Amino acid sequence: MKRRERMLQDLDQEIRDHIEMATQDNIDRGMSPEEARHAAIRKFGNVTLVKENSREVWSVVWLEQLLQDIRFALRMLCKSPGFTAVAILTLAIGIGGNAAVFSVVNSVLLKPLNYPKAEELVSLHQIAPGAEGLADFENGLLLSPSMYVTYAEQNRTFQSLGVWITGTANVTGLEEPEQVRTVAVSDGVLQALGTPPGVGRWFSVADQIPRGPEKVMLSYGYWQRRFGGDRNVIGRNILIDSRSREIVGVMPKNFRFVDSDFDVMLPLAFDRGHLILAGFGFHGIARLKPGATIAQGNADVARMISIWMDSWTNGPKTNPHIYETWKITPMIRPLKQEVIGNVNELLWVVMGTIGLVMLIACANLANLLLVRVESRQQELAVRAALGAGRGRILRSLLTESVMLGLMGGALGVGLAYAGVQFLLSIGPANLPRLSEITLDTRTLGFTLLLSLLSGLLFGLIPALKYAGPRTSLALRSAGRTIGASRERHRTRNLLVIGQVSMAFVLIVSAGLMIRTFQALRTVEPGFTDARHLQLMRISIPDSLIQEPERVTRTQNAILDKLAAIPGMKSAAFVSEMPMEGFDSAWDEIFAEDKVYEDNTIPPLRLYKYISPGLLQTAGTRLVAGREMTWSEIYGLQPVVMVSENFAREIWDTPSAAIGKRLREVPMQPWHEVIGVVQDVREKGVQEKAPEIVYWPALMKNPFGPGPTQVARTVTFAVRSERAGTESFLNEVRTAVWSVNANLPLASVRTMADVYGKSVARTSFTLVMLGIAASMALALGIVGIYGVISYTVSQRIREIGIRLALGAQSGDVLSMILREGAKLALLGVFIGVFAAFGLARLMTSLLFGVTAHDPLTFASVATLLISVTLLACYIPARRSTKVDPMVALRYE
Amino acid sequence: MSTKEQKERIELLQGTLDLLILRTLLLGPAHGHAIAKAIEFNSDAVLQVEQGSLYPALHRLIKRRWISVENGTSENNRKAKFYRLTALGRKQLVRETSKWDKLARAIGRILRPTEEEPS
Repeated sequence: MKRRERMLQDLDQEIRDHIEMATQDNIDRGMSPEEARHAAIRKFGNVTLVKENSREVWSVVWLEQLLQDIRFALRMLCKSPGFTAVAILTLAIGIGGNAAVFSVVNSVLLKPLNYPKAEELVSLHQIAPGAEGLADFENGLLLSPSMYVTYAEQNRTFQSLGVWITGTANVTGLEEPEQVRTVAVSDGVLQALGTPPGVGRWFSVADQIPRGPEKVMLSYGYWQRRFGGDRNVIGRNILIDSRSREIVGVMPKNFRFVDSDFDVMLPLAFDRGHLILAGFGFHGIARLKPGATIAQGNADVARMISIWMDSWTNGPKTNPHIYETWKITPMIRPLKQEVIGNVNELLWVVMGTIGLVMLIACANLANLLLVRVESRQQELAVRAALGAGRGRILRSLLTESVMLGLMGGALGVGLAYAGVQFLLSIGPANLPRLSEITLDTRTLGFTLLLSLLSGLLFGLIPALKYAGPRTSLALRSAGRTIGASRERHRTRNLLVIGQVSMAFVLIVSAGLMIRTFQALRTVEPGFTDARHLQLMRISIPDSLIQEPERVTRTQNAILDKLAAIPGMKSAAFVSEMPMEGFDSAWDEIFAEDKVYEDNTIPPLRLYKYISPGLLQTAGTRLVAGREMTWSEIYGLQPVVMVSENFAREIWDTPSAAIGKRLREVPMQPWHEVIGVVQDVREKGVQEKAPEIVYWPALMKNPFGPGPTQVARTVTFAVRSERAGTESFLNEVRTAVWSVNANLPLASVRTMADVYGKSVARTSFTLVMLGIAASMALALGIVGIYGVISYTVSQRIREIGIRLALGAQSGDVLSMILREGAKLALLGVFIGVFAAFGLARLMTSLLFGVTAHDPLTFASVATLLISVTLLACYIPARRSTKVDPMVALRYE
Repeated sequence: MSTKEQKERIELLQGTLDLLILRTLLLGPAHGHAIAKAIEFNSDAVLQVEQGSLYPALHRLIKRRWISVENGTSENNRKAKFYRLTALGRKQLVRETSKWDKLARAIGRILRPTEEEPS
């Protein structure tokens, strides 16, 4: 350090001496003193640069220069607060939006699931292409208990394996009766997930024995809510579905069961002695052995399927190998994929659009900076003349833009935080891993990187253009007359064209979503006036009311009480309303007058149990025949209703179906079709309406034991103008509890909520793309307006001459507008191609409209061109007001 | 400075300036201008020290402790900084010189293969 000081102190003097000596030499060679001095100075070169280079030898010079540049940049930015504010705000919005969306992408798609070694976890998905009707199953073919037993005992590729199923149960004995969300797990599930309990212990193998002591585990949330986090809860008993169960453990905070939250976890105690082949109702989960691949797992399961068919039966006189025709095929998937589901593309589309907005913002800023640097040319020329190298000027210009980027990024983090909250509030409730979304360090890192990169990106264009040595030119012109060089405009025009084309892509995507939404709204879902249809789910467990007919009587009594509420139009119940998202029941349905060849099975059909009056309550049309009556239900009359598409498939017309007969299994009596019901979009508006069979709520039990079977868990649907209001719901609760005080009401919501949830994905995408497209449009307009008005200001003199020479103001106007139109048209032209390519990525998000919808493309093009023309019109109009005398005197 | 002269001049190869400075200082301490002049003179004015690079190079050599600096008086009785070769610099010069010889021979062999053959 000392040496350095000493060295540098005298450098000035040294250089002066050096030049003097050189001058003397030159004089000795016979030059005139003045000439000699000039020659010496010329030979020595750039004094400042020499000093700087010498200093550079000694120091971490880049750091010093950086600090210098930062100080300078801050000074420059403070000097033009308007520009700085606009730039930072633009950036903050762009970066904030990107950071917010990235935090979602990161939390949902990128982060591993919250289990130890989560990459080993798989879901035992399997399909059965040979079982017609199964293809509609979102879940493929679920596992039967016997499959689970076979897989658990015979597999070679899994560390542990189990099955699970979600449901609901009534908890009584603690304050009000409450319906809780349950997950029932077999042995092996907790071992596979591997998350240790927060308090107490897991279920043991002994807890999984049928008719053993009954145990339960709690979720952290339920433990906190119901027991205030009391650790002494272990060993206590609670009443679940009127059965006393001992609490053995509590799962830790942040533990989610695959993709669902639960309140209590129950053991699935299968009775091995009574298992049959069928009963495909359970989700399979497993942990692969270290190093084992999914392909090996699939091969392993495929091998075990034939073992399974050899080991079990559906009862005497049945052929266990009938399932060979189903072609059951394992399709093991990573558990993460199971959890994430289909939001993958959605999130990437949103990320892509918000990224495009960022690019447009960068283009805008680059244009702003171009203008700014242009007006600073003189300053730059002076700096170059004083010895600043090209690299040095480049660096200082880039420092300025990167500073802008960082400041925008800092503000953007704040916006991102707000953005995430906003996103969560509008986010579809079915967005997986919603609770895991946070602004973590990876997101902050991403934001920092984005800020730096965007600063470099929009800074580089003007910096590269102007850092070059054009000293003499710039100094002489004093930055005025030579303003309108063609090449300079080319960059600006290219940026605007890029902006317009990117905006086009975004607006087209938003337009396609609007068209999708329109198409969805024209679909008849199979119910009407969803806002005034109140739903609630009530379950009557057999531990509360054993006898099936009494269950129906109770449900009937509830309906009667509900009907007495003021303003009630009608009330009914059904095993599930459309789009509710509960696991639906499917089975083979045989028609009496159809011939089934040996060993073939009719397609699986969705079936429901309904009460009289449901069609009227829900607003579902009766296409032919009539509804069932209460006396038919209590009389166990063999009647049934079917959906219109089912009737058409089997008997061609709805009216032909009336009087025909159906059954589910051979031991069941034939049921007569008495009514045909309008098709219902059971699985969501975007999904084809499935064929549905409607059984009476109480009927002869086709399977045994017991003579009758009844729908114990049903959705009550009531129609009233007062649906959804608190006072109405209070009256509804009172009515239900006046029948039986032990019945909790669950999933209390209107049909409109259910409908909204089922289109949440679409509306979420629509909102996101709408926001992105409006931002793009606004930025695009600002961009083209800026360029045109700048062009006009540069051409004032030319315009003045034109006007002086007799050009009409209309000519000038159209000349300027033409220029704008040229840019807009080119932008739209490129945009059309880009959108053609990109919109295809959205295909899975669209409904009722193709990705190349000509109407959308045409109207967006029209919109964009007219808006840009409007943006050009204002500066163009100003140009015609130019007074030729003033313009010419401008020099 | 005629154009002809300029054509005959050769820009110094990267890194060779350090070597030339060390070699010049082997004859005794000198100040900046004298070093530049000596290099030009001894190369019959073929090598031009780009003066912008002379002082940074001197500083670089000081930093590496190959030369040292001291105050002295120039031939026309002015105070000036004199640069002196250190022991470390001397060793470096030997190393660099032999490296340079090798390089020059190698390049020569490639450029004039036939002339080298007989010897």
